[in-house]
Parts: sequence; C-alpha cells; structure tokens
Amino acid sequence: MTGAEILIESLKREGVEVMFGYPGGSVLPIFDKLYDAKLKFILTRHEQAAAHAADGYARATGKVGVCLATSGPGATNLTTGIANAYMDSIPIVAITGQVKTFLIGNDAFQEADITGVTRSITKHNYLVKDTKDLARIVREAFYIASTGRPGPVLIDIPVDVQQKDIEFIWPEEVEIRGYNPTCFGHPGQIKKAAKFISQSKKPIMYVGGGIITSGAHRQLKALAEKIKAPVTMTLMGLGGFPGTHPLCLGMLGMHGTAYANHAIMEADLIIAVGARFDDRVTGRLDTFAPHAKVVHIDIDPTSISKNVRVDVPIVGDAKNILGKLLEEIQKAPDTSDWLKTIDSWKKKYPLKYEEKGKIKPQYVIEQIYEITKGDAIITTEVGQNQMWACQWYKYTHPRTFISSGGLGTMGFGFPAAMGAKIGCPDKTVFDIAGDGSIQMNIQELATCVCNKIHVKVAILNNGYLGMVRQWQEIFYKKRYSFTTLYNPDFVKLAESYGAAGIRVNKKEEVRPAIKKAISTDNAVFIDFHIEPEENVYPMVPAGEAINRMIGGMA
Amino acid sequence: MRHTISVLVENKFGVLARIAGLFSARGYNITSLAVSETLDSAISYMTIVVEAEDEKILEQIKKQLNKLIDVITVTDFTKKEHVERELILAKVNYSSKDKSKLESLLNKYVAKIIKHKTDTAIIEAVGEREQIRQLLEGLRQFGVKELIRTGKIAMTSQ
Repeated sequence: MTGAEILIESLKREGVEVMFGYPGGSVLPIFDKLYDAKLKFILTRHEQAAAHAADGYARATGKVGVCLATSGPGATNLTTGIANAYMDSIPIVAITGQVKTFLIGNDAFQEADITGVTRSITKHNYLVKDTKDLARIVREAFYIASTGRPGPVLIDIPVDVQQKDIEFIWPEEVEIRGYNPTCFGHPGQIKKAAKFISQSKKPIMYVGGGIITSGAHRQLKALAEKIKAPVTMTLMGLGGFPGTHPLCLGMLGMHGTAYANHAIMEADLIIAVGARFDDRVTGRLDTFAPHAKVVHIDIDPTSISKNVRVDVPIVGDAKNILGKLLEEIQKAPDTSDWLKTIDSWKKKYPLKYEEKGKIKPQYVIEQIYEITKGDAIITTEVGQNQMWACQWYKYTHPRTFISSGGLGTMGFGFPAAMGAKIGCPDKTVFDIAGDGSIQMNIQELATCVCNKIHVKVAILNNGYLGMVRQWQEIFYKKRYSFTTLYNPDFVKLAESYGAAGIRVNKKEEVRPAIKKAISTDNAVFIDFHIEPEENVYPMVPAGEAINRMIGGMA
Repeated sequence: MRHTISVLVENKFGVLARIAGLFSARGYNITSLAVSETLDSAISYMTIVVEAEDEKILEQIKKQLNKLIDVITVTDFTKKEHVERELILAKVNYSSKDKSKLESLLNKYVAKIIKHKTDTAIIEAVGEREQIRQLLEGLRQFGVKELIRTGKIAMTSQ
C-alpha cells in the first residue's frame, strides 16, 4: 500500500467515520485515495473551521475528531483550532501534509515547520520520515489523544512518505514507555478525602470538564446527593451535573452566580474534580476560599497544586475515584444549616435582568431552553453570548454544552456546531453567537448548505463587540475604542448561501422565530436585534476576590 | 537555588526542543545541559542544571517534563545522594619559567596539560563544581585566554 492508503486504512481501523478538512498540494496523494474511500469527508471553507468542527464533533460524541490540511498555510490555519482543543483537553488528531522529505528546511513552496509551531499546543506531535512508521504513528496518535488527559495530536506527513509503496503492517498493540497515565487514585488519599468529607460542615463540589471527559456524571450526582453538598461547575463542567437539580449552584467565577461565588468563599471543604482553578474561577488568588481545605481530583498531576494549595491531591480518573469515594464514605456530613444558608443566597441574589427596552439576550436564551426543553446541543462563540448561554440555559446532560473555555476563541461556535450536528444528527444544535464572533467563520454557511448540516445560529446582534465594550464601559470611561461593528444584512447573507435567515426585532417575535428555525429543513441564521448596551452580570473585575461582584449584586 | 535534574528520554529528533521549550516558555535559562546516548542507544540521558528562584515553578516544570511523551524518567538530584563531574578545557598563557608553578597547581586537582605551544597551554580538568571553581581561580595568575566547559553530568550513588 502507499502511505496515503496506509493512512486511510489506519484511520478506519481506529474507527474514524468522518474527517473535516481542506485539500492542497501537499496532501494530493491522500485526497486521491479519499476520492473512493468509504470515509465521510466534510470540505470546510477554511482550515480553522475544520479543526473546530473536529473539536465540536469530539466534544459532542466523546470520540476522537479528525481534521486534515495541506502544508504551510493549511497547517498554520489549523493552529488556532489545535490550541483551542489543547486548552480544553479535547481529543483531536490533526493530519497535515508536508513538503517532500528532501525539501524540508529548504524554504520550499508552502513549507512551514508545523511540528515546531505546534509543539506547545499539542499533547504530542509527529513528523513521519518513513512510510513504515506511519501505521504505528497513527495508532499512537489516537491512543495519546484519547487517554489520560486528552488533547490534540498532530501528524505531519511529507508528500513522498504518502507516495511510497510498502507492505501494510498494523501494530496490534501500542507501547509507549514514557506514557502511562495514572487512572486509579491512591487508596490512602481517597480514605483521607472521605474522612475530610465526613468531618466537613460546609462542603462544596467544584467540578470541571474532567467530569464530562471521564463520563463521571452519574457518580458525581450520586456523591453530591449522598453527602448533600452543593455543586458548582466551571464553564467546561456545565452539563456534568443537572442544572435543574436543587443542589446545583450553576457556574462560578467571573460571571458565575453570586450564590456559587459566596458558597465557595465560605466553604470549609472544596472537593475539586477535573477542574484546574483557572484565574477566571478563583479571582484574586490570595483571597480565594480562605476557610477551605481542598481535595483535588485530577488525571493530570500538573494541574494539582498549580494555582492553589491542596490538602488532599488525588491523581486519577474522576469516574474511578468518585466511585471509590462513594464506597468509602460511611457517614454523610450534616449540611442542613449550610444548605439553608445557600438557599437564602439563592433567594437574595438570583440571576436577573430587567425586562425593558429592546429584546433582552437573556430572554432569547431562556426561550431556546424552553422550546428545546433543554434537549438541544448548545455551542457558543466567545464573549457576552457565551456568558449568557452559561447563565440562562439549564444544561442537564453531559456533552450538550460546547464552548471554547481555556483559549476563548471567537469563531469557534459555528464550526463546532457543524461537528456536533454531524456527530449527533438527531439533535437540534444551536450556536449562540454574537454579531462579531459569527463573522470569524461565517464562510462555513457554504459547508452547512452543501452537506445539509442543519445547524441553527442565534445571533445576539448588538452591533458591538459586546464583552470588550462592557469592559470599556466599566473600566475605560465608555471610550468604545474599535468595538462598534458595521455588519452585513445577516438574513440576506444566509440566503445568498442558500441557507435560511430570520430577522427578529420584537420580543413577541422571539419564540415564533425559534420554532420556525427548528422546523426549517435548512441551516438557519436568526438575527436577534438585542438591547445594544446590555451587560453580563454579575461580574467580578479581573484581579478581585470572587465575592466582590458588581452589577446589582452584593 | 541551583538544581541538577536528569532526564531519561527517547533518543529521537525533536526531543531536545520539547524539553528546552518547557524551560524557555517560562523564561528560565538553562545553566548547562549535557546530552548523550546511554548503554541503550534508543535512550538518551540529559543532565540539566537550572537556576530556579521559585521552587513552585520548578516543581511545575518537573511535572511537565514527566508529562512529555518522549520522557521516560525525571530525577532531581538536589535532595539525592549523587556524584557529579564537569570537564573543562582551558587555554592559558604559558612560558617555560612558569612551568613548575603551573604543574604544582595542576597537581592539586585532576588536571593536566594536554597540549602546549611556545606561549600557550591547553589544560584539561575534571571535577566537581567547587574544585573547578578553585582551579580556575588559581589559573587566573597565568591568564586564561579561552575556557570551554562540558556542563555538569550527574549520577545517583544508589
């Protein structure tokens, strides 16, 4: 088989059903084999979208997402998507073409040292110098991407390696001596954690994306109910614990709920699971959770004791460890007073918005939640749209909220929605977007129409780069420096691609528009003209303690 | 504080860049670095000396080194019983009238003249950091024209 055939055969053996990508000179041998390979290929209109779509597919399905691009600009266009997947620990395999081996380093046409470029944004990467290594490398790449703390792996394949004809040998086993992720937590540490939990009076569970990656949502629910502890989630953790559950505090941090932030600041024990105490969560570190002991469960030892002092570190898989903790805990703590205090905060500081003026974005998201009965997959762009989507939609199942957490990539939501829709064709998929973000990958309308990927995009159109504008309003004396947008007519634009467009100016049109979008057998842009200067509250100014919220809160 | 770290790695292209990247990304300068094959040619041994003002960051770097796929083991010698050596080559001014003075200095160390011309001599010396420092101090009276150090190598005593 040629290298290109070996690649495709290896991908099939890894269970790949779909790839996202874009052709070019250095991947011609691969594309020639794709022409009659029984492997679904989605041609995006930009390589960045291919990487994000692979990422969205991986988040929605739990499988490894795959994207493919040519050398040089094709490869560098993937990098934002790769960095995005790296920051959020998403398993993708990115395949790039490379100039012929004897030209590498010669500044050849469309040459970029992509393994060098992506070294710090991949879990691992490979430059394949000999066709005989290709099958093993593909095997290793999928194994590394999907195990331990998942992440992106890049495989760079020179043209001559794709062309060379050799015997295909599939390695039955993967053996990497430097890579042995710890899955089972230390039993002594788990016992210690159980003791801390039993002795606590004000415990809180603080959970992140690790719950979703590990599939630990059932164990989490069982444990929270057993120890009667409230649960707060990071952005990446949303969907890991039902948003409708009485113990749920929603998201914490910079735009978290006031009651989640008060609760973590007052807690005497934080049980952190698959979360990494990001600066958007902790606020000012030296003021964070002053009374709390910390149990930290994470598969990645580098995440533990990185930002906060940890009393009981447990390295391993969240599902395993939560299961063990459930068995280990004999005596549930008495948290009744604590839950009463939390309820009083919930009553005193609910999420709220004023119903006056133009359409409120919060209202739009609430209606999407009600109409889809919380059963849709929601992706977001980045900024105000993302924070409102975190606050106003109640996620009840894992893998139903897909958002760029760590990197904060505008332009992620639309291609990620395409990937999610391809992975879960029976689900309604909404991208909650802003008028700024949607224009960062708007060319993907063509991909949606050509491939009948019927995602629905709710554009919360305020004519601003809203989150930056909000900061300029509050911290820069309303000097709106380059945050006012001139926008196209989104309805006409969608229509020009063959998609559907709906414009909504009045509150009473919101629900009918959402219903119409869902029933339309096409990709749909809904252009909601919302209150232009609506802000996301509550808000913790950067560098402040997280109980020092502004915006009508305590 | 100065730390000596050894890293056992896969002997492949790109591995050194991955390791160096972890230090450089945090603004850490590597004081010295010695790399070579081990008895097993598929494995290389690196001895890295690094000056770390913040122990927490160093702890993080060690964890991240361990996380690299091509890294097999990481050892920090700071709190471990170990031996360490460095080899230097020093080119010093030399005239026959200084010969005995120079030789008596060299005799105090594991050092010798390995080449000499009419006005210069090349000295080879092996030792621990402190011995090397003292020797260089002693050589200053002759005038050191050029100095090359291999960087430290270290081995646990167990």
